[in-house]
Formats: sequence, structure tokens, C-alpha cells
Amino acid sequence: MSEVTLTIDGQQVKVPKGATILQAARQVGREIPTLCYLEGINAIGSCRVCVVEVQGAKTLMPACVTEVTQGMTVLTNSPAARHARRLNLELILSEHPNECTTCPRNQNCELQTLAEKMNIRDVRFRGPSHSYAIDASSPSIVRDPNKCILCRRCVAVCEKVQGVGAIVPLERGYRTTIGTAFHEPLLEAACVLCGQCVLACPVGALYERDYTDQVWAALADANRHVVVQTAPAVRVAIGEAFGLAPGTVSTGKLVAALRRLGFAKVFDTNFTADLTIIEEGSEFLQRLQNGGPLPMFTSCSPGWIKYMEHFYPELIENLSTCKSPQQMFGALAKTYYAQQAGLDPAGITVVSIMPCTAKKYEAQRPEMNSSGFPDVDYVLTTRELAKMIKTAGLDFESLPEEEYDAPLGISTGAGAIFGATGGVMEAAIRTVYEIVTKTELPGLDLLPVRGLEGVKEATLTIGDATVKVAVAHGLVNARKVVERVRDKTADYHFIEIMCCPGGCIGGGGQPITQMDDAKQKRIDGIYKVDQCLPIRKSHENPAVQKLYQDFLKEPLGHKSHELLHTTYRVRSRFGSVMEHV
Amino acid sequence: MTKSVELQKEVWQELDRIIQEHRGDRAALIQVLHRCQELIGYLPKEVQVQIAHGLGVSLGEVYGVVSFYSFFSTKPRGKYRISVCKGTACYVRGSMEVLERLEKELGIKAGDSTDDGLFTLEVVRCLGACGLSPVITINDNTYGLVRPDAIPRILMAYRPAGVA
Ligand code: SF4
Ligand code: SF4
Ligand code: SF4
Ligand code: FES
Ligand code: FES
Repeated sequence: MSEVTLTIDGQQVKVPKGATILQAARQVGREIPTLCYLEGINAIGSCRVCVVEVQGAKTLMPACVTEVTQGMTVLTNSPAARHARRLNLELILSEHPNECTTCPRNQNCELQTLAEKMNIRDVRFRGPSHSYAIDASSPSIVRDPNKCILCRRCVAVCEKVQGVGAIVPLERGYRTTIGTAFHEPLLEAACVLCGQCVLACPVGALYERDYTDQVWAALADANRHVVVQTAPAVRVAIGEAFGLAPGTVSTGKLVAALRRLGFAKVFDTNFTADLTIIEEGSEFLQRLQNGGPLPMFTSCSPGWIKYMEHFYPELIENLSTCKSPQQMFGALAKTYYAQQAGLDPAGITVVSIMPCTAKKYEAQRPEMNSSGFPDVDYVLTTRELAKMIKTAGLDFESLPEEEYDAPLGISTGAGAIFGATGGVMEAAIRTVYEIVTKTELPGLDLLPVRGLEGVKEATLTIGDATVKVAVAHGLVNARKVVERVRDKTADYHFIEIMCCPGGCIGGGGQPITQMDDAKQKRIDGIYKVDQCLPIRKSHENPAVQKLYQDFLKEPLGHKSHELLHTTYRVRSRFGSVMEHV
Repeated sequence: MTKSVELQKEVWQELDRIIQEHRGDRAALIQVLHRCQELIGYLPKEVQVQIAHGLGVSLGEVYGVVSFYSFFSTKPRGKYRISVCKGTACYVRGSMEVLERLEKELGIKAGDSTDDGLFTLEVVRCLGACGLSPVITINDNTYGLVRPDAIPRILMAYRPAGVA
């Protein structure tokens, strides 16, 4: 690729042709402020807080969308550039409610940070303020259009990364807002509640529905036995809320923190991830023997499930009937565990710590109450748990390393890798191979399905059978695979889909960061957990083996069907708005 | 918000024909919306859903465009379209009082239509007749130098005889 040489603040720099001023400036250590820009996703040049002076140009240029040219001379910190950036930011602030102290994004807000960096002490204008209704219709995500700065990053993510298009710019001029078609509440729209828009939002206009008050209340209630489960992806990200690098494995401290918050038992979703492998692996083999329906899609990602229900209901039969590990856990906590501990399930509260906003919705699906009680009572995101730990005054870094409680806290490396794209497939293969061939799998690492490539494939020989598998993450990638299945141009047998880019480690409930390599770091953390565990195959988990012996009896048996499997429904791709047929 | 509408079978067939012409073509969205509005007079929810379906775009994208352009309407329009000029000349010479009076007489807000399907009230930019400001138009008729008090008399001409 050809290169371009330019001068930025007196420094010469060589960058590939087509690079923007913003990218070139980063190369010489100049951070130009941005707000509407989101690397690789949104470059619309609308907020103008990134303008710089380009010698010879008539006007200031937005660094995020202006391509460099040979010999260009750029001043990023000239008085004219500084003044214009300040003015543009002040104009945004003039319509913005200044509610930082009570805002969910307090101290993690790009607008707040920019105001601080630009040393804004006073906003010289006061525009008319809006008073839009807050949309708290869904159990997952709250939308507060009053704080929206119309950067459209959420719109771009929903359309380009998830291919859903649930939220779009509406109206125009002063009345422009971001919302759903016909201003429907989010819960009624064809939105999968994945929360990728929340991660993209620079301010407090989109955030998770907060259930920490309910959890504090349950913990304070002496009549309730409150148990908690933690999803695989939480342990490699929660440290970020306390200044640790993405991917730092904080399992022991996470357990210690939960114990200190007052949970009676600290259990692990990784346990039911192992269980999922046994059930789902058996289901796959059954479909293989009985001639289908194939391919079978995994079913642990609730955003993905809702996507299929809205957009491809004709393929619902291809979804595994297994509940997600979160729901399997809840169902077992209120039956198996209650029995073992001699507790009345009515007195048990199950709390989940999840990297995901869609899990909040999943827990409230009416069919998720196999024990006669809701499988899971409250779902907190990684972010909400971090807030509880801060509220409780725990110094996360100095907490000791503690271990999960038995039996629902015992897990293997196969359960751990559920947190990364490709992990469910890899875990399933480790088990299916050994069930079928009754010989040990030569190498445990299924490298072709690891990593951040959008769609991954592998062809495996298992006994006499050739099994073709695919893995996709992010719904735009998922759609490519699903449409090939629908059009019968794919010959896969087993397909893993995760709604969020990177898998659960990139879930909509994770700490919000714009760090480029955070996803890869978290993935590295996940595989480190797997490497360090003594057992790395689900079927060798002794607690799962005991669960079958004492309680479930056999995979896909009567009890399993009652507690661990579920059904799906057909929804409209136009939300609650009826389709004319 | 629009209620469910009953469109005649022939109208649906014509709609489908327009949409089929542009099947899967997102670039044709505005054109299709125009033609469908010409056909029905407005763009009810059901029609927007059908367009989204046919063109392969999300309903949000369709509604986003409809809500962006003022010439698209999601509500049925009245037989008579009353436009009140809000250009500078009209504005300074009292067009907002004229609008207020119209809203009072018709019992609707700007942007809405009367229940009897007779009138639609809207605000527009300069009509190019500033010398006559404030100006309103009702379909093809222009009224200049309008005083709020003249409104009842002007409306009378459009109401069926015998209706106050
Ligand atoms: S969105 Fe940011 S600037 Fe606005 S109130 Fe919240 S923290 Fe403050
Ligand atoms: S939650 Fe997901 S599907 Fe819903 S609006 Fe946000 S990004 Fe789109
Ligand atoms: S909701 Fe957030 S991401 Fe979406 S446009 Fe508003 S400020 Fe930007
Ligand atoms: S960041 Fe460049 S215009 Fe918004
Ligand atoms: S301002 Fe009303 S006609 Fe020009």
C-alpha cells in the first residue's frame, strides 16, 4: 500500500494512504478529542469536537473523517482549533442536562471527560431543554433521550454490527431523537436487548436496568437464602472496574467479594455450562442418529434466541432445546440444591452476575419457572456488581483469592471457555468426541474455532462420521450463516452462535471501554482459566457426574426435559406492529 | 398514532404492485413512499410495515424517513388542506394568532386533521406572497391579510351548508 507523508504539529509522519488525520495524529502521540466517532463503526463527522487546522484549507477540518494528503500540514492545538472545539462542545452541553452526580455514567462518560479535558468551567449558552419520556419498558435496557447527544453510535452498532436496526433517528431538526419505529417502547420492538448500543453510547442515554436495590433488599432479608452464580466472562472483565487491565483473571477475588456482600453460597455458571455440554452434546448425537433437524444451533445466548424468534422463526426447530446455563442453574438451585440443603425453594433467591443485558430479559420469560418458581430472580450485569462492591466499600485488589462453594461451584476448563466465541463448540467437541469414540481426544485445543474472525469453520472426523461445524458471533455474522442454512447452501451439522461480538466477553453488560484490544485480552484471560484448571472436559466434572447419579439419572431424561430444556415462540420482525398478510 | 386501517383489497393489490417493482431495493424507499402516499393519501403503519417487508429494510428505517420529511403523513389528510405561513413576514405580522384561532375553531393542533375528515391544518414556510402577509392557503385558494376574526367566515365556505 502506498504511503503519505505529512506534518502534524511540526512532526513528520508517514501513514498509509487513506488514513484519517485522527489516525495519523495518534501515531505521533496526539490525542484529538472525539465524540460521534467510533472506530470502524461510526464516522459521520457530525459533532465537530475533533476539528483541526489544516494549512491552506478554508475551514477547520474534522480529523475523524478527513483523509490525509501528501504534504499536508496539520495543527491540532492551534488557538483556532481549540476555540472551535470548545465552542462545539459548549453547544452540545447547552442542551444537555447537567446531572452527572446521579447519572449511571458518572465518571465513565465521554462527554464529562471531554468537558474536563477541555477545561470547561462555564457554558455560555443555554439552549431549550427537552423533556422526553424515559423508556424503561424492558427489563434489560433503559433509554433516556434527554441525555442523548445524537452521535448515532448506537444506531450504527445496531445496524452494522447486529443487523437489527431496532433504533434509528426519528423526526428532524430540534425534534430529532433516536428511537424505535412509531416510538414503540423498546420491549415491543424487534430489539434483541443485547445492549451493544449501551456499550457504544458515550453518555448516559442508554444504560442497563438496575436491579441492585432489589438484590440489596434480598440480602438484608433474614428469611431469604440468597445464592449467586457468576458467568464465565465476568471473571476476566470485572477487574477493569477497579483499574485492572482487561483480561486479568479475577476469579478468586470475585468469589471473595460476593461472599462479603452476604451471599449464602457463591456458585458458578461454569458448572451448568458443563452440564449444558452433556445435554446439548447428547441432543446433537440424537439428532445426528435420527436424521435431524440439522444443523443444530446452540441456544445459550438469549439475544440470539430472540433474534431467531423475530427474524427466522421458520428455523426455530434447528435451535437446541437446551436452556442457557444461567437458567439451568436456577432450575437446579431450586430443586436439586434445595433438596440437598434441606431448604424450601420458596425461600431461595437466585441472583446471576452476567456480562449480558439480554439475560435480564431471559430470566423473566414466563416459561423459565420449572420448579414452580422463577429459575432466576435477579440478573445483575458485571457493571452493577462492580457498583455494589464499591458501595460496600470493599477494596477489590486487596481481597483474598477464595474458592466457589460445592457442588454447584465445581467446573472444568470446558465450562470456562463458554465465555469466548468458539468456546461452546470447542467444549462440545471435547465431550462428543470421547462419548462417540470412547477414546481420549488427542489434542484438546480446537484452534480453528478460536479468535475474533466473524465466521469460523472446522471439519472434524469423529469415529466414522465427518462433522462440519461453524461458529459465528455478532448478529451480522450470524445472519450470513443462518441465511445459508435457510437457503440450504450450507452443509454444517452443528453451529455455535453468540449474539455479541467476541462472545460473552463482549456482552452488553460488561465494563464499558473503548480500548481496542480489550476483547482479545479478555479472550486470552478465558483460555488462561481453561489452561489452569485440572479438569478440562465437561463429562469429567465430578459434580456433574454426581448430579446425574443422584438426581437427573440420564442426559435428555425425564427430569432433564422438565428442568433443563425449553421452548421458543414465533415473533414478528416488526415488533408488536402487526404484519399484513 | 394511527389506528388500524381497513384498506380495500384493490388498494392493497396496487400497493403490492408498487412495492414488488422495487423488491429488495433500499434505494427506492423514498420513491415507494411517495407513490404509496399518492395512492392512499397517507402512510398508515400497516403500509409502512409492508414497504419495510418488501424492500428488505427495517421498519425503523422506513419510519425514520417518514418522520423526517414533512410531506409524508402517518395520518389521513382532510379534504381541505389549510396551510398557515410561518415565514418571517407572516410571523411578524401575526400568523401565529391566526394559527391559534384556526386550532381553536377546528379543535385540532397543527399537523392534525379533523375527525370528520374535512380539514388538515399545517404550518409551512414562506409561500412567496409576503406582500399579503399574514397568508394562509386552503387547497388552491390563497387568503391574504388574514385577521384571526376572519377565520370563522373563511371556514364557513368549506363546510357543508347547515353545519356551523
Ligand atoms: S451523560 Fe455524562 S455529562 Fe451527562 S449527566 Fe451523565 S455523566 Fe454527566
Ligand atoms: S439492544 Fe441490541 S438490538 Fe436492541 S437496540 Fe440495542 S443494539 Fe439494537
Ligand atoms: S443514545 Fe447514546 S449512542 Fe445513541 S445517539 Fe444518543 S448519545 Fe449517541
Ligand atoms: S468525532 Fe469527528 S466529528 Fe464527531
Ligand atoms: S412570509 Fe408568509 S408568504 Fe412570505
